[in-house]
Amino acid sequence: MKITVNNAEHVFEGDKSMPVLWYVRDELGLMGTKYGCGTGLCGACTVHVDGMAVHGCTTSMEAVAGKKVTTIEGLSEDGNHPVQQAWREQNVPQCGFCQTGQIMQAAALLAENPNPTDQEILDNMAGNICRCGCYQRIISAVRQASTGA
Amino acid sequence: MLHQIEKFAEQSKTVPAAAIDSVISNASRRGVLKGLGGFVLALHLLPAGRAGAFPAYETFGPGMPNGVVNDPHIFVAIAPDGEVTIIAHRSEMGTGSRTTLPMVIADEMEADWDRVTVKQAEGDEPKYGNQDTDGSRSLRHHIQPAREIGAAMRHMLKQAAAKQWGVKIDEVEAVGHQVIHKSLGSRVGYGDLAEAAMALKTPPRDVLQFKDEKEFRYIGKGTVPIVDLHDITTGKAVYGSDVRLPGTRVAVIARPPVVGATIKSIDDSAAKAIAGVETIMHLPITPLGSKFKPLGGVAVIAENTWAAIQGRDALKIEWDRGEHGTFETRAYEAELRASTAEPGTSVRNQGNADAALKDAAKVLTYEYYQPHMAHAPMEPPTALANYADGKCEIWAPVQSPYVARTDTAEYLGMDAKDVTVNVTLLGGAFGRKSKADFATEAAFLAKQVGGPVRVQWTREDDIRHSYYHTSSVERIDIGLDSDKRVTAWRHRSAAPSFLSTFTEDKGVQHEIEIGMGLENLPYEISNVSAEQCPAFAHTRVGWFRSVSNIPRAFAVQSATAELAHELGRDQKEFLLEIIGPPRILDAKTAGLPGKFWNQYEPEKEFPFETGRLSGVVRLVAQKAGWGKSLPKGEALGIAAHRSFVSYIAMVVHAKVEKGIVRVPEVHVAVDCGFAANPERVRSQMQGACVFGMTAALYSGISFDNGEVQESNFHDYEMVRADNFPELVHTYIVPHSFEVHATGVGEPGVPPFAPALANAIFNATGRRIRNLPIGDQLKA
Ligand code: FES
Ligand code: FES
Repeated sequence: MKITVNNAEHVFEGDKSMPVLWYVRDELGLMGTKYGCGTGLCGACTVHVDGMAVHGCTTSMEAVAGKKVTTIEGLSEDGNHPVQQAWREQNVPQCGFCQTGQIMQAAALLAENPNPTDQEILDNMAGNICRCGCYQRIISAVRQASTGA
Repeated sequence: MLHQIEKFAEQSKTVPAAAIDSVISNASRRGVLKGLGGFVLALHLLPAGRAGAFPAYETFGPGMPNGVVNDPHIFVAIAPDGEVTIIAHRSEMGTGSRTTLPMVIADEMEADWDRVTVKQAEGDEPKYGNQDTDGSRSLRHHIQPAREIGAAMRHMLKQAAAKQWGVKIDEVEAVGHQVIHKSLGSRVGYGDLAEAAMALKTPPRDVLQFKDEKEFRYIGKGTVPIVDLHDITTGKAVYGSDVRLPGTRVAVIARPPVVGATIKSIDDSAAKAIAGVETIMHLPITPLGSKFKPLGGVAVIAENTWAAIQGRDALKIEWDRGEHGTFETRAYEAELRASTAEPGTSVRNQGNADAALKDAAKVLTYEYYQPHMAHAPMEPPTALANYADGKCEIWAPVQSPYVARTDTAEYLGMDAKDVTVNVTLLGGAFGRKSKADFATEAAFLAKQVGGPVRVQWTREDDIRHSYYHTSSVERIDIGLDSDKRVTAWRHRSAAPSFLSTFTEDKGVQHEIEIGMGLENLPYEISNVSAEQCPAFAHTRVGWFRSVSNIPRAFAVQSATAELAHELGRDQKEFLLEIIGPPRILDAKTAGLPGKFWNQYEPEKEFPFETGRLSGVVRLVAQKAGWGKSLPKGEALGIAAHRSFVSYIAMVVHAKVEKGIVRVPEVHVAVDCGFAANPERVRSQMQGACVFGMTAALYSGISFDNGEVQESNFHDYEMVRADNFPELVHTYIVPHSFEVHATGVGEPGVPPFAPALANAIFNATGRRIRNLPIGDQLKA
């Protein structure tokens, strides 16, 4: 099967049930997508499939055949997506492990809904756990990326 | 913490607890001497004398194994182009020490932060000094040495320039990455001086000139972003599971469901049939009390992670559950309660609390319970190890890389010099990654395979095979006389000790656990007693962010509010009154047989000052607008606790609706001595409130037939963005450098649960005595 990851085409012939998470990590060496739970409960593995945020750990290779997958490494050419910039301005991370998933989730939200309400931000980010507890800054950063303030 | 327990465990069969202090100081002296060599100077061996802008003060740093190293030759390198490399020897798990300590060095050496690269040290304590990152002590123990490293480096650079120009050192100045001579008008960059400067000997402390605080560029400012910020936000930051070597195999392991359970029968045919699965290997089973040795079990080794997970899940193993196979949480809770119903072993005896309780006009008895908890760092345990030519190299997210190295060497029967431990970023740790069983597993398998093996724990593995936070019952009996004055306070604690992980379980707590809020009640009451009651472990118990301070602060601060209510008093006013006038807590007056444990810090330098505790209570109450009126179902609650020698008070605003608890706002007052990086102090407080709220609302590991019942985030829940402490305001008590930095990674957690419980009581009239809160308020 064919799959596009960060604009590069790849051919995959392995186990079709393999989650995209393990494909990008083990086969493509893209380590920015993280494993946190394997069951769709934490969001550490969030990637975009045709622009939609999905859990890489519960999305099989079969489900993404012929589709476009974007990982954190492909979110922007230079790493300066407005969400990434907002994250830096707010000095969001503690350990940082959850943050790529958080950023991918936030970027997908803002692509679809550039001016979310506070409640929409909270609801949209609720699938992404941050055990270090950076939520206050995560929410501010999403707001900043959305409104510029 | 780790090393003191190890010493205790080693000695506990022959040495009575009272001798522990001398065991530790002897051991540490040996450790320090071992570290001496070349340019390595241990801090407390430095000559006393003029010390520039700050006089040296004592910490327990030099008392840690392998002490403290403060030599720039070890920690700083300058390239000819002026690029400065600074070594971070503490592990980064989210507190920011990997940024803050190098930042202190850079500031004191007048380096431009933009031209500094931070490099992580491998596990090598004889070289770098102690690396055991826990106990909230990275700044406490290393801020002075970091300034000394920076000042010595600056001195060497000035010396080199002075020599080059043929002038005296006091004619030159180091400013902004260069040395200048004002009247000559000469200037030379650090890069050009590097070789000559590095060839110089490390100057003794008494010639060093330290910056005046006014001259700090980065220290105390909170303007430096964390060093890994760009890499974290672009996915380039390297964590434990991100390192790969050519030909790396992945192992996922089936571990015994009960510690020490053995295999009755195994059918691995289905596992072997999975495409990508290559080998099945057995690891020896270890019983409770095996320190950080792997639990043992069956490893499925595959060409990729997915195949290894599927293979492991396809194993059919029948276990013989063994001696802990009947452990059951409800029954255990009853056992702990029964244990505190009887007198225990006294750890503090001031006046005569038993007699005072007998004579009391009224006795109030409160019991607080908390089950075991799992750390659940966002990154589950994982490690990569390679084995070739008799040498083993490990890459792992470990809090104590040198212990990981020596433990692994011992487990494999190797010399520690043939084992290398490279430290990656830690995707959270909270005490879990002090215990490097996962790194040892990887090393063991790599040696068997003869090549690189990456061990990946699934979340289920993490939740089911942790080193759990203790479970406890804390019982407090309070005596009132006929005038409703408090005459007695008796606190009994029953909680399995982490000592059981190190040695034969005697059902007693370690001095560290006793020292965390059991023996050091800071209240002005004439009869105070503290007792520990027997409790035996049936699972691996280990320290967890804030350790025994969590149940102690919950019990003491809840009981104080319950008492205030009983007396018809305001929570805050009563708390201040019972703390009493400012004084230094004195062990003898408090009826202790010896000293307070005090985090092993010297009491002369880090005394328990009750005035600082009252200070944060007053500050937080004022900032929070204590006493303001709130809508029905909403209220403020307050709690204060000193831990890790930091003083923290919190006001939590709780809102209870249909049994669901929300926290719109938290006010936190922090007295952590000098705050080197206020921005990271704030982020730690925000994190502590989330961590504290998770523990208070959700966290409980339960056992049935010896097996952990929870497995992932659906049944071991975390606070999420749809219900978290939305606004955390942190107020840092300002101090100059002379007021010693204490530590902030842990002390923010303990006051949260009692402040929340007190707020819930004020909002609803319902008193929470058992954690987690769960559905209690829905009923
Ligand atoms: S790893 Fe995919 S949601 Fe947690
Ligand atoms: S920053 Fe550590 S889990 Fe989010």
